[in-house]
Amino acid sequence: MKPDLELYDYWPYEGRPKITWPNGAKVAFWVAPNIEFYELNPPVNPKRAAWPRPSPDVLMAGSRDYGNRVGHRRVMDVLDKYKVRGSVSLNIGLIDHHPELIEEAKERDWEFFSHGIYNTRYTYEMDEAQERAILEDSLESVMRATGQKLAGYLAPALTHTERTIDLLAEYGFLYSCDLFQDDTPQPVNVKSGRLISMPYSLEINDIIVYNAYLGTPRRYGQMIKDQFDQLLVEGADCGTVMCIPLHAYAVGHPHRIRGFEEALEYITGHAKEDVWVATGREIAEYYYENYYDACATDIAARKGG
Amino acid sequence: MTLDKSYLEYPNRRHGMDHDLYDWSCMQDRKPVQWPGGAKMALWISYSLEFFPLDQPAKPFKAPGGMVTPYPDLRHYTTRDYGNRVGIQRIWKVLDKHDLKASAAVNSKVAERYPYLINKITERGDEIIGHGVDMGKVHYGGMDDAEEKALIKESLSTLRKASGQPVTGWWSPGKSESFNTGKHLTANGVEYSCDWGNDEMPYQMNEDAGNIWAMPHGDEIWDRTIIMDKKHSEREFVEEVEDAFSVLYDETNEYGGRILSLVLTPYIMGQHYRIKYLDELLGWIKGHEGIWSANGSEILNAFKKQA
Repeated sequence: MKPDLELYDYWPYEGRPKITWPNGAKVAFWVAPNIEFYELNPPVNPKRAAWPRPSPDVLMAGSRDYGNRVGHRRVMDVLDKYKVRGSVSLNIGLIDHHPELIEEAKERDWEFFSHGIYNTRYTYEMDEAQERAILEDSLESVMRATGQKLAGYLAPALTHTERTIDLLAEYGFLYSCDLFQDDTPQPVNVKSGRLISMPYSLEINDIIVYNAYLGTPRRYGQMIKDQFDQLLVEGADCGTVMCIPLHAYAVGHPHRIRGFEEALEYITGHAKEDVWVATGREIAEYYYENYYDACATDIAARKGG
Repeated sequence: MTLDKSYLEYPNRRHGMDHDLYDWSCMQDRKPVQWPGGAKMALWISYSLEFFPLDQPAKPFKAPGGMVTPYPDLRHYTTRDYGNRVGIQRIWKVLDKHDLKASAAVNSKVAERYPYLINKITERGDEIIGHGVDMGKVHYGGMDDAEEKALIKESLSTLRKASGQPVTGWWSPGKSESFNTGKHLTANGVEYSCDWGNDEMPYQMNEDAGNIWAMPHGDEIWDRTIIMDKKHSEREFVEEVEDAFSVLYDETNEYGGRILSLVLTPYIMGQHYRIKYLDELLGWIKGHEGIWSANGSEILNAFKKQA
């Protein structure tokens, strides 16, 4: 183990090259519905148990399956209503289990990024060949099912190794959602190629708010609005990124969807000069084209100061 | 340490589920159902009457609500018992006030220890559903099969004998099952289970699960979930259930009949300072057109006629 993987340099928030999103927008806004598959009786990883109870953990597994049976359509309907295209954090195995959900997302021109093969298969203790196999499976499966070349990655259940980030760059991924150090994208230090960290969220992530902060559905909506207001103000100085990560098994419940919908209505009610509603890939591509070099140069020049 | 190569093998990566207990389908794609009298919403209230033994085993795990402190945990034992003595009376009064039916999930130990409760439930016309033997006897993957069969038989035969009811519904203590629970339940005359929280409408499971019907059981708006686990206030509980109701009620216009399943725990919702919120909530729900108050069997039977 190391004290720091040195994936990025310290870079003060103040005085960075100014980012302006398309149409002069101050906030690049994206929504990332996690479409996940949890196996009922997965093989055991020595670092983490998939379920708290012996298999079949019908309480937990049932609650996750709810997302794909019931919650998903409710979430998709709300995104449709406010004309937001999702960037799907996809457990790749779901392409085989529920191709119907993939087709519906394709019809809406949603983006897919990889969230590992299953949310019950963790990266801990994988050797390099195994970790490569996960990425190759992801790239091949998504290309075959959707015609999209994967651009983004969020490790399954946020489980990593020391080499995860380097491998993403080597395989040509554009962005990683695994790092939470900032509210703007930024270049990541990798052995080969280029990679940026893309602001995802472990704050206004539905699971975190409901299960860690024990927030009510209405509080969740208020937190989303408050975050947006703050990033809109700060975005006038340097464009910010806001992501709402969702899980249909959480926000898709009928007692929760309204609180979320109100927040989405609020954000998408802003002018296009304020908010750019985009996908992860679109934000990453725009950043590479316009700001990657300037930011990388600034980071190198400031040497953490 | 590295992982065995089998960690990257996916023998069940295929269409549908990764097991044969039930098939996958999107709820919104299914045929709409009509409830009796053209009702939009079936309101299914259930409550649980549970015995938590002081010597509740910790293995494989304790059912939620169980003992916490070292033995003898009189604190949790008596606060749970409060529900069977005081809390339930308050819930019954509120149900009476709003003329609502309910299903009562009862541990068979409760029937043996407190026959008053069984008589009262029967007198009220509430449906009894099997809730295992007691909260110290959970069903779980890997348990001895003969032991599980015996628990199911004991629970059902005691409840049937005490109540004279057929007892065709089941809710496992702690919502925990083994891979065999469904098969054993149907072999003992049970038609539906409340354990799988993956749907909002009834669906029939496969042969591997004994072809049992899974009934939606409101796990996320359960008073235990919102008040005990999420620590939300009584006012917030009311708001959340009202939001759930409103969303489902609106969806009936597109998808046909829906179910609001509200699960109540007498030692939680039956507290003096909480009961008025239940009264307010149920009054608000009853203020809507097209509410069909029914127990689990009635809802399932109406559904099966159209399946």
